Amino acid sequence: MGSEVLRDVSFSIEPKSFQFLTGPSGAGKTSLLCLLFLSLRPTRGLITLFGRDATRLRAHEVAAFRRRIGIVFQDFRLLDHLTTYENVALPLRVLGRDESSYRPEVIELLKWVGLGERIHALPPVLSGGEKQRASIARALIGRPELLLADEPTGNVDPPLARRLLRLFVELHKSGTAVVIATHDVTLMDQYDARRLVLNEGRLYAEG
Amino acid sequence: MEARLNQEQNRRSLITENSLYRILPRDTVTGHALVAVIAIMSFLAALTVGAVQIVRTTSIEWRADVTSEMTIQVRPAENRDIEEELRKAIEITKNVPGVTAARAYTKHEADKLLEPWLGAGFDLGTLPIPRLIKVRVQNIGDADVVNFRKALSENVPGATLDDHRNWSSRITTTANAITFIGFAVLILVLITTVLSVSFATRGTVAANHAVVEVLHFVGARNSYIANVFQRHFLIVGLKGGVFGGTIATLLFVLLHFAADLLNTLPGGGDTAVFLRQFGLNRQGYLGIAFVIGFIAFVTALSSRITVHRTLRMID
Repeated sequence: MGSEVLRDVSFSIEPKSFQFLTGPSGAGKTSLLCLLFLSLRPTRGLITLFGRDATRLRAHEVAAFRRRIGIVFQDFRLLDHLTTYENVALPLRVLGRDESSYRPEVIELLKWVGLGERIHALPPVLSGGEKQRASIARALIGRPELLLADEPTGNVDPPLARRLLRLFVELHKSGTAVVIATHDVTLMDQYDARRLVLNEGRLYAEG
Repeated sequence: MEARLNQEQNRRSLITENSLYRILPRDTVTGHALVAVIAIMSFLAALTVGAVQIVRTTSIEWRADVTSEMTIQVRPAENRDIEEELRKAIEITKNVPGVTAARAYTKHEADKLLEPWLGAGFDLGTLPIPRLIKVRVQNIGDADVVNFRKALSENVPGATLDDHRNWSSRITTTANAITFIGFAVLILVLITTVLSVSFATRGTVAANHAVVEVLHFVGARNSYIANVFQRHFLIVGLKGGVFGGTIATLLFVLLHFAADLLNTLPGGGDTAVFLRQFGLNRQGYLGIAFVIGFIAFVTALSSRITVHRTLRMID
């Protein structure tokens, strides 16, 4: 058994809330996001997600729960052989929906994140910021109740970081609970929100 | 103008050509390598299936040839008219149930049979050469053979009946052994094919680990991901299988045509007879079609199992 990454961590994320998850590198931010996204299982303890014990979900239920959560990975995880449009549409496509039913929705979202001119571009030709916005759009297309973003501004310059933050704030105002894992203090200072601080595996809430 | 462009964009499918069912990347190096592995293994398996069918068919023909014929040998003796004995033996033969034809070899034909051993200039008139009667039979019963033999020995003292039983049982044993070896080789080739194709498929699925992961994280059900891979790899398996199987089939057809061609050439008769045996019958073609389907199935199943294993690892 490996070392304990998180311990005595107890918190709740309210619907339609906005919070930053912060702490030094290696504090366990990504691990905590993975636990919330059900891609890691806790060795002990309880995670209640949308009123259900997350550790007791069956395999087919996990997929349904994941569709209620959007995630933005630090390394984007876009599929290089699919266009920006196809990458963003993927969460709807895997539901078996007909393309004509979601096409306007995807285009609108791409325009909203500023990628209206890049719908046919493949990820290898996108800049870091464009990839990040495509990744955010993919997380949002399924209208998630909870959005988790892991260092979403880690690969972009400060002006773009501010623009991305505005995007998250707009999303929050439209009714989605948002958790942004970041160690960028400047970014957090730009928006007054609750801060969950992780340090050496323990969690402290501020604000 | 912009509004019109937007309308056009909203109406037209934006999924790139052929990618509706292609969540997996096409034309990857690992994908081409997998098709090549499947094609080579299908070719070998199809060749083996064809060879087994040919061996089996030939052995059945041998057996049928041997068991559909009997030989009566009439030995000459002093004070006995051999031509009269031959006539009597043929008379008895015609009354045996199951006999379809009987013909005595002439003295000249009997001498000809010995020529390879004794030479052309040898005077065979001085030797007591037995005379032979070739008897064609069909579904003759054991009891009839016993009665036949008894009737001959009672009425034609110099006659003996050879029903080729010893020769037939030896040829049956040999043919069965060859067929058994053929099937054993086929099973080994199929096992090797299954192993190599499933390992190659696993490697290719592993190369697409990122796709499995992304689909999983965007909320695709495990069954959906497995189906996407299974469908993709079924097509890959069919492509490779059809390619390898077709090449093997063409090879058999080519040998058969070569036999026909050689038959028209002077001196090519023996080789033509040999090559003609390489012609496949319906069972052979069906066997090759089965091999192609089986390999495609193994490829699809391996991908499905590997995807489920990958998903268990991700979780």
